[in-house]
Amino acid sequence: MDELDDLYQDIILSHNKRPRNSGHLDPCSHKADGFNPLCGDKLTVFLRKPGESIEEVTCQTEGCAISRASGSIMTTMVKGKTEKEVEEIITGIKELLSGEEEPEVDLAKQGDLASLVGVRKFPARVKCATLAWHALESALHGDATTTTE
Amino acid sequence: MLRKPSHYMESQEQKPDPRSDFPILRREVKGKPLVYLDNAATTQKPQVVIDRVSDFLANENANIHRGVHYLSMEATDAYDRARAKAAGFLNAATDREIVFTRGTTEAINLVARSFGAPRISSGDEILISAMEHHANIVPWQMIAKECGAQLVVAPVTDAGEIDLEAYGKLLGTRTKIVALSHVSNVLGTINPAQQMVAMAKEHGIPVLLDGAQAVPHIRVDVRELNCDFYTFSSHKLFGPDGVGILYGREELLAAMPPYQGGGDMIEQVSFENTTFRAPPERFEAGTPNISGAIGLGAAIDYMDKIGREAMHAREAQLLAHATGKLGEIPGLTIRGTAPEKVAVISFTLESAHPHDIGTILDSAGIAIRAGHHCAQPLMQRLGVPATARASFAFYNTTKEIDRLADTLLEVNRMFDA
Repeated sequence: MDELDDLYQDIILSHNKRPRNSGHLDPCSHKADGFNPLCGDKLTVFLRKPGESIEEVTCQTEGCAISRASGSIMTTMVKGKTEKEVEEIITGIKELLSGEEEPEVDLAKQGDLASLVGVRKFPARVKCATLAWHALESALHGDATTTTE
Repeated sequence: MLRKPSHYMESQEQKPDPRSDFPILRREVKGKPLVYLDNAATTQKPQVVIDRVSDFLANENANIHRGVHYLSMEATDAYDRARAKAAGFLNAATDREIVFTRGTTEAINLVARSFGAPRISSGDEILISAMEHHANIVPWQMIAKECGAQLVVAPVTDAGEIDLEAYGKLLGTRTKIVALSHVSNVLGTINPAQQMVAMAKEHGIPVLLDGAQAVPHIRVDVRELNCDFYTFSSHKLFGPDGVGILYGREELLAAMPPYQGGGDMIEQVSFENTTFRAPPERFEAGTPNISGAIGLGAAIDYMDKIGREAMHAREAQLLAHATGKLGEIPGLTIRGTAPEKVAVISFTLESAHPHDIGTILDSAGIAIRAGHHCAQPLMQRLGVPATARASFAFYNTTKEIDRLADTLLEVNRMFDA
């Protein structure tokens, strides 16, 4: 069950049990839904971004432990960041989760994000981990919905 | 190495062991013996079906209905024999009531398009139920939108049964067709189809029964059911994928326009006009899935050899064992508790989402389905985003069910329940 332990690390299970910054953000300036038609996972990312930086962010997820944890970790990472910084984080996460090269995991630098790397061994679950990030991108770009298809 | 035949292992439960007929059941997944509990998605194939398809392709392959040469005539005969087997399987009055399709989905689309559309107009109603899978929702919804008709949905009770009283009240002069699952793919509920058909017939309403999940588990007799259309897929019945059956009452099929145009369904073609063949060929445009149809025939023969009564008795035993075992797991809720059920169990755990359950079971070599089961409206009715579903076939064992239960306890431990 080693691979399984990598997937369901304590950090993931903790975020799943108590997602940070969960729920609706009212008022918000940006909002997008993420939907995985394959499994029915649904989430909504809410942003308050009065200027260059994200002042507040929440993610409301109805889905599996991986999608919930990823959404929760996402909110903790992008709060206070500028749009440009967020774009860099998103590029990094895509590389981490589905890049061809085995990523170098630096716990000190990547923090809880590194715990998502276990998903690489479960191709069927990569979309669960990327859903919140796709929705974040859509919210920033002003799109209303994103799907994993 | 000398190996004991595997039926020694379970000789108390059943003999001889039909597991040895299914080569895939000998394989390992993730270093563990495969436990295949996703039979409602598709069943595994016995060696006799694999051999029949392979033998046709290796030694008998030719197109049907068009050659004067020996192979073509032989292939045509084999294809027609498969049709006769399907007719016998459903107890249809004649082979001409059996149309080969790509599967259940195409069969329903065919009926919606060729039977439904011409007789449905603005203000009419199409009656389905809240437990339908997408294949028995979307084709009707498309027709309803085109014709300005209403899609009306008979409600489902908390136990997962169609509310018969409400269903009866929804039948009326505006109802142009009723389309129902014979057995629910999510809940396992066996609907009282004969009674529901009779209720529709009192109003003169034609009925399509979607038998995709019924045929592997219960005996089906279309004349006893008195339905007008019946559909199923070969791949859920130990046969190859890509082929299915539409049963249609002869006089109804005869009055229906073609579904698709092409070769094989025509009598005479000119650029000005084309005349069409009689059913069933009218509905089989182009070269069909010949090897698939022949494989389905072999699957039906195989089921007859095992004995359908014996298969069903075995499944009932597995269902009882699984219901008991899963019922002991803390935080587990079985979704669908109708007294009349086939060996399909949908469930949720308080501790973990169905997807996580699916991944953890997979790591233990256990294949189940997790998700919405192509029945999103039913998930809404049940108030859950998804369920995990274990679905059994006669080749499953009580030991496999015990492994499922043990691993679900593992899920609870992992998620700290």
